[in-house]
Amino acid sequence: MTLEQGKANLEVFADTLLELARADRNVLAVTSDSRGSGKLGPFGAALPDRIVEVGIAEQNLVGVAAGLASCGKTVFAVSPACFLTARALEQIKNDVAYSGNPVKVVGISAGVSYGALGSTHHSIHDLAALRAIHGIDVVVPADNFEAREAILAAARSPRPVYVRFGKRALPHVHAPGARFEIGKAIVAREGKDVAFVATGETVCQASMAAMELEKAGLSARVVSMHTVKPLDAEAVLAAARACRAMVTVEEHCVFGGLGEACAAVLMQAGVSIPFRIVGFPDEYTMTGSQLEIFGHYGISPEGLAKTARALLE
Amino acid sequence: MTVNELKIKSIEYRRRLLTYIEKANAGHTGGSLSCVDILNVLYNRILNVSPETFKDPGRDRYVQSKGHSVEALYVVLADRGFFPESDLETLCRFGSHYVGHPTRKVNGIEQNTGALGHGLPIAVGMALAGKKDGASYRVFTLLGDGELAEGSNWEASMAAAHYGLDNLTAILDRNTLQITGRTEDVCGLEPLTEKFRAFGWSVRETDGHDHADLERTLRAVPFEPDRPSLVIARTVKGKGVSFIEDVAKWHHGVPSDEEFERALAELDRAMAAACKE
Repeated sequence: MTLEQGKANLEVFADTLLELARADRNVLAVTSDSRGSGKLGPFGAALPDRIVEVGIAEQNLVGVAAGLASCGKTVFAVSPACFLTARALEQIKNDVAYSGNPVKVVGISAGVSYGALGSTHHSIHDLAALRAIHGIDVVVPADNFEAREAILAAARSPRPVYVRFGKRALPHVHAPGARFEIGKAIVAREGKDVAFVATGETVCQASMAAMELEKAGLSARVVSMHTVKPLDAEAVLAAARACRAMVTVEEHCVFGGLGEACAAVLMQAGVSIPFRIVGFPDEYTMTGSQLEIFGHYGISPEGLAKTARALLE
Repeated sequence: MTVNELKIKSIEYRRRLLTYIEKANAGHTGGSLSCVDILNVLYNRILNVSPETFKDPGRDRYVQSKGHSVEALYVVLADRGFFPESDLETLCRFGSHYVGHPTRKVNGIEQNTGALGHGLPIAVGMALAGKKDGASYRVFTLLGDGELAEGSNWEASMAAAHYGLDNLTAILDRNTLQITGRTEDVCGLEPLTEKFRAFGWSVRETDGHDHADLERTLRAVPFEPDRPSLVIARTVKGKGVSFIEDVAKWHHGVPSDEEFERALAELDRAMAAACKE
């Protein structure tokens, strides 16, 4: 059994944004010379007055987006996640979150999507940085369904939202009929031995790991924790009650991301089960393709299955 | 309101902002005294905004990029009826909304500021929204001179000119002092007029303490069609109190009881003189 292949989430984002903008003249995209990397070429060609280009200037990108949003625009500020969430972090903190301007901050080519380009282009700090800022939701879609729903939900939300996309074509991880809501995890697969609580583009790795484990007679629950903040604590606790062990998976540094958030939920609820955080360790991350990097750090079907088996023994 | 009435108002504003700073034992004294004449003219003569129209999409917008001079903004907003002046008794107290930098929890304040180099990009976004909507509102922002070292100002300046935002006016409180000393000694800013012109702005200078000059200049915006306007307001940090004027340590210096009495006595003399005019 394999997962059916879809498109890159980035392409789904661009298609969905164009659809939203066609329906509502207040929808704008703001870019920092990033329309190409954001797949917004067709958007710019179709609706040229709805794309605001500020040049390679991420701080200004977010400040301008905040000003536009304060005047009633539904603004998507689109830039590579590595620059957007580091260079413009103060603008995200103050102009967007603290001021309550409901900008949709869209980090493209996130995580190690730009894997071969080196650490300058990796964003494996962003979930930790944004989790520590009050007033902004943090959403990391796992597949094309979640990507589309996340953009639609972000557009509807009166709150600032950070959405993070990669550029690799992804398999579908959800069955038809799944429901998406910011802050509500989706159980992509039921299981009772080990729970994978994963986010973003690692969810499909966890789903494939579950298939591996099934061959060995182990059943794995896969929870897509698309919203890293506010975290669906109930879903974490339900997974811990249903299973004998938990593995969290994220395309992020192991510090301050999904894993530590889940650990905090479990510990404070007095729940103790075998538990591992899988992500990038405290080192300069290896370079290569996203999947090669995933493989190196055990974010592969085989690596995750191995981690799960070791926990269950 | 005559020019002399504006002048009298400014003296009263100075009295009040010093009173609240002294009471709170906190505040940015030098910068507030530096920009209070600008805020006086803006809120009493220029801006199309009032407590009644503050939520109106067509209102003029004011963003105070030099957020630390919030005490000047508070006393002007209170005078214009955005909130009861007695609220300022709680300035910088535990749990008060009247904190040391502007926040939207205070009626009349458009944006939370305080980190420097943020106001101009936000103002550019507001002006751009106005252009997209064909709206007639104008956007004003007050910049400190020290904060011009923040690169985001120059990013925003390029964008403002690129989009021809003639509905945007930046006012520079050019008092030439920042916390460490003279701006030109810390990291030179001049020639500012030429720099902003090179960035595509239309620039005029004015005396930042001369109400008539300020009003004349601010009424003339946009100085050129399709260009953003910069008003370089030549000011004196700490203006109005002789021993506070043009001394860097008063950036966030708080007067002692004795200094406070001397400052009020000076302002009383200035008031008596203004009332005779």
